[in-house]
Amino acid sequence: MITDHLPILLIIIGFFGAFFTPIIGMIRKKLCSPWATFITMLQFLISLLLLYNVLAAGNLSYWLGGWQPPWGIEYAVDILNAFVLVIVAGVCFLVSIYSRKSLGLEVPGKEIPLYTLYIVLSTGMLGIVITGDVFNLYVFLEISSLAAYALIALGGRQSAMASFNYMIMGTISASFILLGIGYLYVMTGTLNMADLSILLPGIYGRPVLLVAIALIVVGLSIKTALYPLHTWLPDAYTHAPSAISALLAGTFTKVGIYALIRVMFTVISPSYVIETVPVMSMLTWLAAIGILAGSILAIAQYDIKRMLAYSSVSQIGYIILGVGLANNIAMTGGILHILSHSLMKTGLFMVSGAIIYRTGIKNIYQLKGMGKKMPYTMGAFVVGALSMIGIPPTVGFASKFYLAWGALEAGKWVFVIVILLSSLLTAVYFWRIFENVYFGVHETEEIKKDEAPLSMLIPIVIFAALVFLAGIFASIPIEVIKIWVIGVLP
Amino acid sequence: MKAAPVSNDIILRTGASIMVPVILLWGFYVLVHGAIGPGGGFQAGVILAAGFILYTTAFGLKEAKKILSVKLLMVIASTGLFIYTGVGVLAIIFGGNFLEYGVIPIGETPAEASKYGIEMVEIGIGLTVMAIMLSIFYDIVLKEKGG
Repeated sequence: MITDHLPILLIIIGFFGAFFTPIIGMIRKKLCSPWATFITMLQFLISLLLLYNVLAAGNLSYWLGGWQPPWGIEYAVDILNAFVLVIVAGVCFLVSIYSRKSLGLEVPGKEIPLYTLYIVLSTGMLGIVITGDVFNLYVFLEISSLAAYALIALGGRQSAMASFNYMIMGTISASFILLGIGYLYVMTGTLNMADLSILLPGIYGRPVLLVAIALIVVGLSIKTALYPLHTWLPDAYTHAPSAISALLAGTFTKVGIYALIRVMFTVISPSYVIETVPVMSMLTWLAAIGILAGSILAIAQYDIKRMLAYSSVSQIGYIILGVGLANNIAMTGGILHILSHSLMKTGLFMVSGAIIYRTGIKNIYQLKGMGKKMPYTMGAFVVGALSMIGIPPTVGFASKFYLAWGALEAGKWVFVIVILLSSLLTAVYFWRIFENVYFGVHETEEIKKDEAPLSMLIPIVIFAALVFLAGIFASIPIEVIKIWVIGVLP
Repeated sequence: MKAAPVSNDIILRTGASIMVPVILLWGFYVLVHGAIGPGGGFQAGVILAAGFILYTTAFGLKEAKKILSVKLLMVIASTGLFIYTGVGVLAIIFGGNFLEYGVIPIGETPAEASKYGIEMVEIGIGLTVMAIMLSIFYDIVLKEKGG
């Protein structure tokens, strides 16, 4: 049955699509972008099917080349995988619709490399999420990172430097992760995640395991841009082409967090990283500092994309906080926040890209009158911003509520205060934009309506609608996540 | 710096015209022996590319592009990857898992089918590596010429 092969089809279709792009581009350059949309749409449908299959029939396992797991590479899909796959593939799909006009203006005439890399990036991220083999995870991490460096560098003069910085940081992180995986391999002789989780308890006392954990945690913290290691992120997101910023903000850091959750809670057991070695409590404190620092730095920014980038640093802190608190409520909140941050931040970056597309404005204080000029786009911005602040009935409220509840459950009041304080700070930096957009001009002033083109507006509105829908029907994703979380953290 | 892409050196040209066919032949030898001996797609691809690079240095970019244009290289690179995944998908069509060569009905035993399967994959890798190596080289040459 073809459904048995869904996990590998997800990846094959991506790579097939990627290396077919140059040939399509040779026929007609204009066809590259619809091709990327088509491929990412297929990937999105496959990941929805995967989620459906996992919910209906339990975990899936696919053996590459028919080799049995501890020896061969295994693609293992459980609920957490499938959930993140749907988010990543969905964001890739919707951004690819949006990207045609936006990238057409910002990176003209480079459709072939752009969309080849776009599909490679999306496939690489899906590969990180779907694989059940730690070395395969590293390979996909490199594939997607290399694609991301190149895509960021396409943004123009300044983006080359941003991309270079990111490449240095990313390479350091990749070598840390590889070293960590190497230690795990030397100690156990296996690379399969399920096999590692069986063999590792035998060597819990050995200091070399601590080294491996430290290397992997630091490496993945760079990839996810956890606070003190976030330095590559603001430049990269600011100078990358807008559609690429939207894509990276919505997916790339989340994939890093997914890898962190997977390694900490599946490969290494939760009790070890929570009680024996306090990795999780260290992560929560860093996350808490990151939440506040990211928000405060965002207030200081003039450039709208840079502001959103710093706000990403803060939001990533929320997710890590939820993961680090490591009780099942906070964990549910953290994983739900992966969904909500993907929806709202991608939407917000898309809006900033639409503003740049129509007017070229990047400075917040020049946005006066934009509320009349691009009413639907700015409406979507308000929805995204409200969700970032955490106002019901948006999805941001649901995940923040669970995070705060989880912090209370863990008896750590400090983090509840951090969450509330950061919500206020978030309101401050978004209020500056609202003020300029809606209240900056006199009533009498005539402003011509100049809305973003439909192919950009539709994905933006879809994201705004999803923010609401996922907020109103938040119980559905929460139920799905809970099944996985309760299995890991009883 | 004076760019001198076309060499008039008679020794280089004569040497290249003798060596290039041998290098290419050796490259193909390494390519088809990848499954059962030392060698394989990556090594063969690099050797093949080295042959063409020698040809380019001796006879110039213009001559080289007559044989392998940038467009053709793109097509070769894509074809190589297409062969790789094609073999994998073929295994799925014959009822196995991705890249499970044993189920493809070529050869008499599954082991022999595996050999042919790996050989096809190696050829795919070889083509792609050669095309990418050469296109990187072309790009560097164009940069040097300021083009």
